Amino acid sequence: MEGWVWRFARRDTRGNRGRLALFVSSMVLGVAALVSINSFGDNLRAAIDEEAKTLLGADLSLESGAPFNDRVEAIVDSLGGIQSRRTSFASMAYFPRTESSRLVTVRGNEPGFPFYGAVETDPPEAAQTYLKTGGALIDGTLMQQFDIAIGDSMRIGSVTYRVEGRLLQTPRESAAVMLFSPRVYVPLSRLDASLLSAGSRADYEVYFKFEDTRDADAAIDPLRDELREYRVGADTVKEERENWDEALTNLYRFLGLVGFTALLLGSLGVASAVSVYVRQRVHTIALLRCYGASTASTVWVYVLQTGVMGLFGAGVGSAVGIGIQTLIPRILADFLPVDVAFSISWPAVFMGSGIGLGVTLLFALLPLLSLREVSPLSALRSGIGSTSHKRGLAWWLTVGLIGLGTTGFAVVQAPTLTMGLAYAGGILVVFLLLAATARILVLVMLRRPPQQVSYTIKQGIANLHRPNNQTLTMMLALGLGTFLVTTMLVSERTLVSQVSLAGSGERPNLIFYDIQPDQVAPVRATIEGEGLAVMDAVPIVTMRIHSVKGHTVASMREDSTMRTTWAHRREYRSTFRGSLTDSETVVEGAFTGSYDGVGPIPISMEAEVARELDVAVGDPVVWDIQGIELPSVVTSIREVDWRRMQTNFFAVFPEGSLDRAPAWYVMMTRVDSEEASARVQRSVVRAQPNVSSIDLALVLEVFDAIFSRIAFVARFMALFSILTGLVVLAGAVLISRFQRIEESVLLKTLGASRRTVVRIMSVEYLVLGIVASLTGIVLALGAGWLISYFVFEADMVVPGGSILLIMGSVLVLTLGIGHVNSRGVYDRSALDVLRSEV
Amino acid sequence: MTKAAGVVLDVVDLTKTYRSGERPLTVLDGVRFSIQGGDTCAIVGPSGSGKTTLLGLCAGLDAPTEGSVTLCSHDLGSLTEDERATVRNKHVGFVFQSFRLIPTLTALENVMVPAELQGRNDVREEAATLLTEVGLGDRMNHFPSQLSGGEQQRVALARAFINKPDILFADEPTGNLDAETGSHIVDLLFTLNKVAGTTLVLVTHDLDLANMTDRIIRLHGGRVVSDSASTGQAADRMGLGSVQPDTLDEA
Repeated sequence: MEGWVWRFARRDTRGNRGRLALFVSSMVLGVAALVSINSFGDNLRAAIDEEAKTLLGADLSLESGAPFNDRVEAIVDSLGGIQSRRTSFASMAYFPRTESSRLVTVRGNEPGFPFYGAVETDPPEAAQTYLKTGGALIDGTLMQQFDIAIGDSMRIGSVTYRVEGRLLQTPRESAAVMLFSPRVYVPLSRLDASLLSAGSRADYEVYFKFEDTRDADAAIDPLRDELREYRVGADTVKEERENWDEALTNLYRFLGLVGFTALLLGSLGVASAVSVYVRQRVHTIALLRCYGASTASTVWVYVLQTGVMGLFGAGVGSAVGIGIQTLIPRILADFLPVDVAFSISWPAVFMGSGIGLGVTLLFALLPLLSLREVSPLSALRSGIGSTSHKRGLAWWLTVGLIGLGTTGFAVVQAPTLTMGLAYAGGILVVFLLLAATARILVLVMLRRPPQQVSYTIKQGIANLHRPNNQTLTMMLALGLGTFLVTTMLVSERTLVSQVSLAGSGERPNLIFYDIQPDQVAPVRATIEGEGLAVMDAVPIVTMRIHSVKGHTVASMREDSTMRTTWAHRREYRSTFRGSLTDSETVVEGAFTGSYDGVGPIPISMEAEVARELDVAVGDPVVWDIQGIELPSVVTSIREVDWRRMQTNFFAVFPEGSLDRAPAWYVMMTRVDSEEASARVQRSVVRAQPNVSSIDLALVLEVFDAIFSRIAFVARFMALFSILTGLVVLAGAVLISRFQRIEESVLLKTLGASRRTVVRIMSVEYLVLGIVASLTGIVLALGAGWLISYFVFEADMVVPGGSILLIMGSVLVLTLGIGHVNSRGVYDRSALDVLRSEV
Repeated sequence: MTKAAGVVLDVVDLTKTYRSGERPLTVLDGVRFSIQGGDTCAIVGPSGSGKTTLLGLCAGLDAPTEGSVTLCSHDLGSLTEDERATVRNKHVGFVFQSFRLIPTLTALENVMVPAELQGRNDVREEAATLLTEVGLGDRMNHFPSQLSGGEQQRVALARAFINKPDILFADEPTGNLDAETGSHIVDLLFTLNKVAGTTLVLVTHDLDLANMTDRIIRLHGGRVVSDSASTGQAADRMGLGSVQPDTLDEA
C-alpha cells in the first residue's frame, strides 16, 4: 500500500468523523451481544470447573428407580468411603394451618450430603437442624405462595413435620427445576414408608465421599456394566461437569446465535451508510484518479477509513458487552447451577470484536468495491457522479464470503448442525424477502406512482426512490424488528394456548394418581361426596420390555449390530381397557378390547414408539412385569394426541389381560373453581395421604412461570437486534438528512409551508412503516406457522389485537425517529444550504 | 519557454459513441489534431459539441470508441486504467470549472495531493511557495468551504502546477467565476503556464479567453469544423509577442 494512502485516509475523515462514528454505531450492539455472551460463557465454564464437586455434592452417586437389590447393596458396601442416602418421590404435602395441599418432590435425606457445597437455608442453621429435630425444609417460593411460616406443620402421608426453614439453594437443583415441582427436604428416617409401595415411583440414591487421592471414575468404571444390568445409574464429578458443560454451552451458544442477528443487521446498516458515504465522495475519488491514484489505492483509502472506524466500533461494542455481561448471570439465574463470578474473558472479547469487525468489513466491502468503477471523468462531468452498480467477480466473491462466514459461524455457534443451517437459511430468507419487498416497493412507486392523490402524498411516496434513498436499510431494520417481536409473540401464544385448550370445555382438569386398587372406591366416594363426577378411572401397570421380535433387550444392547433406543430401555406405564379414547386413532391393524386368556395378549402400540421399537402389526413383544414375562402381539398401531390433558399410553392392553398385575389408578374429575379444587384435594389427601393430585390450573401457572422466564431471556437477546434496528433506522434518517434539507429548502423557496414539509416526511415514514411492519408480520406468521407445526405440533394462534398493537408501535416509532432526526430541517436557511458542500 | 519539444498530444481519428437507451449517440466523430510542446490551445464550440468529452479522452480519463490518443509519447489506448493514471500523474495537470478541491483537506494539503501521489513526502514547502505565488500565502490552512470561488480556483491552479506537468488541461476555468475574478485567474493561468513552459489545452465557451491562446479548435456536432491560429490576444496581453499558428489539420 502506498504511503500517501494512510495519510490521505486520515485527512479525508476530517469533518466526517462524527458521521463515520454514526455509521459504525449500528455494529456496536451486535459486537456487545457476542462479547457479553461469549465472555459470560467462559466465566460459566470456569465456574463449573471450579465448582464441579458442588454440582454433584459428592464424589460419586448411584441412582435407581427401585430399591437397591442385595447385589447392588454389596457393591455400595464395597465402594466404601463416607456414604449418605436419599430417597425422592412426588407426593402431596398438606398444610393444616392454611388447609392447603400441593404436589411436591419429597427428598428424604441422611446427614452428610452434600459433601461439597451447602444447602442454603433461611435460617442458615436449619440446613442441619431439620435432620436432628425431624423437621422439614421447604422451597422458599412454595412457602411464599402458600403463606407457610417457619414453625408451621406439614403432613406428607401420615407423618407430620415441623417446618424448620426455607430452602434457598440446593446442589443439583436450579430454580427452574424447582418451579416444576417444589422441593421438600425431610430426614430419610422419618419418611412415611407406605408412600413407597409397589408401583409408586421413587428414586433411590446413595452419595459417596472418598479420600482426596481416590479416583471415583476409576472406582466405578469396572462396575458400570453390572450396575446398568440392575438399572442403577452412576454419576461422577467428571460426568456431572461434562453434562452441565454441554447443556450450558448449548444455552449460551444459542444466545450467541441470537446476538449474531443483531450483528448482521448492524453490518447491513454500516454497509448502507458506507454506500451513501462513498457516493458522496465520488468527486474526491475521481480527482485522485485524475491526478494518478491507482484504482486499488483509492479503494484502500476508504477500506482503511471503514476499518479504523470499525475497530473503534468493535472497541465500544466490547466495552458495552463487558457491561452487559454483568447482567447476564441475573437474567439466567434461574437456569444456572452455580454462582458465576464476573471476570473479563479476553479471548471472548477479541473473538467477539474480531468477528464483529470482520463481518462489518465484509458487508462494507460491497459498496467499497464499487469505488473501482468510479471514472476519473466524474471530475469533469458532474453528471457522472454516482458509482456503478456493476456486480463483478469481487462483489460476488464478497457476497459468497459473507454467506459462508455467516453459515460457518452459525454452524459453529449453534448447538447442532441442523440448527446452525436452519438459522443461516432462516436469516437469509428473512433478509432476502425484506430486501425484495423494499425493491418491489421502490419499483412500483417509481413506475406506477399514485396519480389521484394530493401532492403531499405523491411527494412523500416519491421520496422512497430518491437517489441515495435509505428505503432498503429502513425496511430491513423495521421489518426485522417486527418479525422478531411478532414471531416471539405468536410462538408464545400458540404454546400457552395449547396448555389452556387442554383444560378447557368439559375436559377433566384435576387428576388424582398413585391410587392403590383398594383405594379406588374410597377416593371415588370422596370425589363424588364433594359433588363432583369421576370422569375417568384408569388402571396403570408399570412394566419394561423384555424382548422384541424374539430378541431380548439385553442381548440387543450387547449386539453392536442391533439398534436399541429409549423405547427399548424405558419403564412403561401401560393400561388395559376395552376401547379407544377420543385422543387415539388406529392407523394400522384393529384395536382388540378384550382378551380371553389364550395365546399372546393383543396390544395396541403408539405409532412413534412402534417406529422406535421397529415393530409392526403381528410382531411379538414380551413384557417384564416385576420379573414375570408376559407375551403379547401387536395388533394395532395408534396415533395419540399427546396434547390432550388426559392419560395417554404407549401401550394399551385389552380388558382381561392385566387384571391380576400390580396396578395403581389415576382418577380424573373437573372442578370449576380454585376453591372447589382445593377442597376436593384436601379431602382426598386427608383420607388417603399417599394419593397425589395435579391441578391443571397449577400446571398452567408453572408452565407460565417457566415460559415467562425463557421468554424473558429470548426477549433480552432479541432486544439487541431490535435496538440495533432502531440505531440503523436513526442512522438511515440522519444519512438522508442533507437531502431532506435540500428538498425542504427547495420546497420552502417554492412556497411550501412547514406543515406541508412535515406532511411529506410523514407520508414517507408512514408508507415505509406500514410496508415494513406488514412484511415483518407476514414473515413472522410464516415462521410462527413453521414453529407451531414442526416444533409444537399445534395449530398456530394469531393474536390479532397484539399484532395490530405491534404494527401501531412500529408506525409510531418510525414517525417518531424520523421526525426527531429530521428536526430543524425546515429551519435551515436556503442560502446556507446552497453554499454548503455536501 | 517550451518544456517538451515535439508533439505532446497527438489525436488521431478519435470517435466516442455512447449508448442512449437503445440508440448509439456519437459525441465525437473522427477528430484529429496534434499539439506541440509549449503551445496553448483552446477547444471551443456550442454546448453538446463534444468539448469536454474530447478533453477527457485527451487526458486519458476515458477510453475512445475508435481512434488513438498519444500523450507525451504514451499511446493511451494501449495502457490500462492504472497505467493511464500514472501517465497523468507524471505529465498532466488539471483545472476544473467547479474547482474540485477536496473539501476535507486544507488549501495547502490540496496542493500537495498530486505530489504525494508520486510518493513525494517533502512537498510542503513547494506547495506553500506555489500558494504564495497565487496570492494565498496567508490562507494555506483554510478549508475550501472557507475560501471564495476565486480563491478556490487559485488553489486548484497551484495544485495543477505542483508536479510541473508537461500539459495542463483546463475545463472552463472561469466558468464559475465573475468577470473580474475570472480575469485574475486567467492572468495567473497564463503566467504560470509561461513560467513552467507547460502546454495548455483549455475548453471554453468564452471566445475572449480562447483568443488568448495560440490556437483555436472549433467543434460542432462532434467534428472539428476549424483549427486555426487565434488572434493572438494572449500574447499581446501578456506581452509575450506573437506565436506561430499551427496549420489546419489535414484530416
